[in-house]
Amino acid sequence: MIEVHGLTKRFGRTVAVDQLSFQVRPGVVTGFLGPNGAGKSTTMRMMLDLDNPTSGSVRIDGRHYRELAEPLKHIGALLEARAMHGGRTAYNNLLCLAQSNRIPASRVTEVLDMVGLSAVAKKKPKGFSLGMGQRLGIASALLGDPEILMFDEPVNGLDPEGIHWVRNLMKALAREGRTVFVSSHLMSEMALTADHLIVIGQGRLLANTSMADFIQENSRSYARLRSPERARLEEALRDEGFTVVEAEGGLLEVDGASTEELGELAARHGIVLHELSSERASLEEAFMRMTAESVEYHAHAGPRWGMDQPGEDRRGEGV
Amino acid sequence: MTTPYQQPPQPQTPQQSPQWQGGPSAGYTSPIPVRRAHLGDALASEWTKLRSVRSTMWTLGVMIVLMLGIGLLTALVISTVSSEPEIPSGQEVLSLGFFGVLLGSMCVITLGVLTIASEYGTGMIRTTLTACPSRGRVLVAKSLVFFLLVFVISMVITMTVSALQLSILGAQSPDGGAWLRATAGVSLYLATLGLLSLAIGTLIRHSAGAITIMIGVVLLPLVLAMFMFSDSLTALREFMFDYSIPNQMAAFYSDSIRVSGPSGWEPLWILLGVTAVAMVAAFFSLDKRDV
Ligand SMILES: Nc1ncnc2c1ncn2[C@@H]1O[C@H](COP(=O)(O)OP(=O)(O)OP(=O)(O)O)[C@@H](O)[C@H]1O
Ligand SMILES: [Mg+2]
Repeated sequence: MIEVHGLTKRFGRTVAVDQLSFQVRPGVVTGFLGPNGAGKSTTMRMMLDLDNPTSGSVRIDGRHYRELAEPLKHIGALLEARAMHGGRTAYNNLLCLAQSNRIPASRVTEVLDMVGLSAVAKKKPKGFSLGMGQRLGIASALLGDPEILMFDEPVNGLDPEGIHWVRNLMKALAREGRTVFVSSHLMSEMALTADHLIVIGQGRLLANTSMADFIQENSRSYARLRSPERARLEEALRDEGFTVVEAEGGLLEVDGASTEELGELAARHGIVLHELSSERASLEEAFMRMTAESVEYHAHAGPRWGMDQPGEDRRGEGV
Repeated sequence: MTTPYQQPPQPQTPQQSPQWQGGPSAGYTSPIPVRRAHLGDALASEWTKLRSVRSTMWTLGVMIVLMLGIGLLTALVISTVSSEPEIPSGQEVLSLGFFGVLLGSMCVITLGVLTIASEYGTGMIRTTLTACPSRGRVLVAKSLVFFLLVFVISMVITMTVSALQLSILGAQSPDGGAWLRATAGVSLYLATLGLLSLAIGTLIRHSAGAITIMIGVVLLPLVLAMFMFSDSLTALREFMFDYSIPNQMAAFYSDSIRVSGPSGWEPLWILLGVTAVAMVAAFFSLDKRDV
């Protein structure tokens, strides 16, 4: 169990983490979600006692991190940046960690095998691909067979097979009764793995809810209509008391209405329909709506590039 | 994990102390036995780190070559050039080791800085400190392993070089005190200089920066002193010259009590004092700053 209480971190004038309080419980995968720069990595670094909180505190199983004699046996972490020496073989990188926590050397071979890096155990991580580096980081997190696992964007750089493997690994770890805390900025990824969700934006807690509740509350269902007589259709819908939203491409979206009633309505008015479908807003959209005000780095898909590329973030201005 | 849960002492007691719930968790228990890790484990870990990177082999290899090569070369050149029957004194012969040691010190500085600064460069420091959150233990383990390694290698090399030089030049063996200073004294001085570099590396967190600073510390006072012509600066000039690190090293090879500047074992005490101060600063920096 990880407990965070009133955690705040300031870097000069930026408030990276702002009064965060939450608990991460054992037995489930807890997703830690937020857009770029939301403060996920900073929070995780503070949990590991690498960064000092400006205020607030963290407890690991009720204890302060520095009170853990062999921390790797309590908590294993995959950090955002590659945190290994590139010039030391994968095996030796893990061996020196194992030794500092009295973990038998045989366990090093075991975890390398688990993540599929046995063949390159004697190679240097300098030459590893992004995904191999990520696997090595996961191996180091598993080294002490800890009760708590923390992964900062674990699927970053992994191929589909690797992503699948990480998802199953996290679920399996949670099933064994461990506390699993995973950060991501992809809602769709979390929807597949996480049981519980903590959403932050600009360092502030936006949601702390179970995945099921989040889906229930946030997946808006609506009907989509397309008609050559759009203005007339819109008027008819408004007259009958529906809320109509004009969407791109001449489409109309109606919240909370079944396709049956809309089809019948159109027939009554003698309006031709070219499309009538029921849709569900994706969780990704729900997440984006939730964090919309707190997104720090917006993409500017303006006419300067002459193309429409929403969703791709560009750090900073003047790119 | 059956010990009853106790409220831990809280380092920074918040105003309204939160209700921590998590004790040793009932969740998952690893089959790997828990034995308390201590300094010995940190030493083993640091030894693995040091021996498993190529930069250690390179810097120490170059150091050995420089100290052996220059020591033997000077002895051979002198033995062929001076055909006179006049045999140099044992003390004079020992001092031939000086240039090799001075150049070798550059390697020690480099390795000392790299021991910690390379961890900042690669991000390894984060992994190191999550595995061993006690900053003091990490710093002590690194320092001890590095110090002993440099001391043992320097000791073996200085003894070998001195013995070979004496036999090449056919000189009489100098007295025990001179021997001790030229071997153990010089080796301790080199290893301590390495520790100072390690402390500077911890403070600067940047390999190239810290190495440059250390080379400056070793060479700059001497070079500056050479260019201080003005009479008004004479006192400063003398001081900088006397206490420059190359001159302190040379003191280990000189027999007489010198008129000015450190002599005998004094250089070692001076350097140990400076290094202790730097180490304390390094500890506080490691303890207080974000990684
Ligand atoms: N060492 C630092 N010095 C100054 N500012 C920092 C530092 N580390 C993080 N920040 C700032 O704190 C904020 C949070 O950064 P953080 O890396 O925690 O975000 P994140 O949620 O992990 O983002 P991403 O999804 O891009 O990884 C950002 O505005 C960042 O610029
Ligand atoms: Mg991050």
